[in-house]
Amino acid sequence: MALTREPIEPGSLRARQLLARDLLRGDLEGLELEKHVEQSILTTTLDRAVNWARGNSLYPATFGLACCAIEMMSIVAARVDVARFGWEAFRASPRQADLLILSGRVSIKMAPVVRRIYDQMLEPRWAIAMGACCSSMGVFNNYAIVPADKFMPIDVHVPGGPPRPEALMHGILKLRDRIQGNAPAGWRERYGAEGTEEVLGEADLPGVNAVNVFQSGETQRA
Amino acid sequence: MPDATGLELIAQDLRAADADAVLGTSFFREEATIEVAPAFLRTAAETLHAKGYTFMASCHGVDYYPDEPRLGVHYQLLDMPNVDRVCLKTRVPIEAPNVPSLCGIWPGANHPEREVFDMLGVVFDEHPDLRRILMPEDYEGHPQRRDFPIGGEPVLFTYNEDKVPGWTR
Repeated sequence: MALTREPIEPGSLRARQLLARDLLRGDLEGLELEKHVEQSILTTTLDRAVNWARGNSLYPATFGLACCAIEMMSIVAARVDVARFGWEAFRASPRQADLLILSGRVSIKMAPVVRRIYDQMLEPRWAIAMGACCSSMGVFNNYAIVPADKFMPIDVHVPGGPPRPEALMHGILKLRDRIQGNAPAGWRERYGAEGTEEVLGEADLPGVNAVNVFQSGETQRA
Repeated sequence: MPDATGLELIAQDLRAADADAVLGTSFFREEATIEVAPAFLRTAAETLHAKGYTFMASCHGVDYYPDEPRLGVHYQLLDMPNVDRVCLKTRVPIEAPNVPSLCGIWPGANHPEREVFDMLGVVFDEHPDLRRILMPEDYEGHPQRRDFPIGGEPVLFTYNEDKVPGWTR
């Protein structure tokens, strides 16, 4: 027997209430009963249900690194109001948090601390690299700063310097899509890529043949 | 600030204590600077301290590459009752970067001198606690020297993405 799902008409509330009453009385039978059940019950897997709940109730760690932290704080305020998505409860302990927002540049002295905080978080856990500095070292591309991908896994990179609160919220929604299992591949689809790939030079000549170092005149094509 | 004449008077006092102490003076844009030989830095600082420059406002390191001697240390001194400032400057070669520490005169020189040591590798003799202060303890090299590689991370852009293995369109 084939059943088709039909959109519920806006004015049919009373009729459906009567159908529900008939169902409880045992008066509903046959095709009518099957149709009513089909319209009333949602089936899913436990994993999907759990991920749906996780994606809508993340607990970020209270952890600010630099100027991006100001933008991170403002997403909780009224203008952007991340509480709409259930992300507003910033936890002061990494044990109670499952999201680490790296908001600012990470110096090589700070990197072990950040890694330790990430390791202290309970699984499942996620991390957002907010801004250019902790994604690609940004304007501080020198001896003192280290990109976050070098020492911990990052789920979402939010570009900007610093990103506006709306941009961070966009990144948060991308992470929610990812947690709930329906993440769009984005640029990875175009490149057929998986994950984040590192670009390094020859092992014995670090940086010399690296493909992503400016050579003379190359920026004109960028 | 002492004016140009006052600067020369101070320099004369330093020369009276040690004839070879003062290597030069400069009065540029109302800033008085005395350059002293590193061997006489501490006696010169003590003389200035006795003259009323009791506050060390800041301490900096400089790399004069490619000039020799390469490394320099500047102490900005302040006479607070007279609001009078003078800069005490000394330069050392990179092969023997030893400068006497002024922590005994101004305890506030402790952390700035550690920073100069960390960033430029100037060794302050008789410093009570000469360790790195900003970079990690196991860091090698002194990053603010002009011949130190800037370092950093290669960045991927659209114009060079084709060269990356696995990033073909």
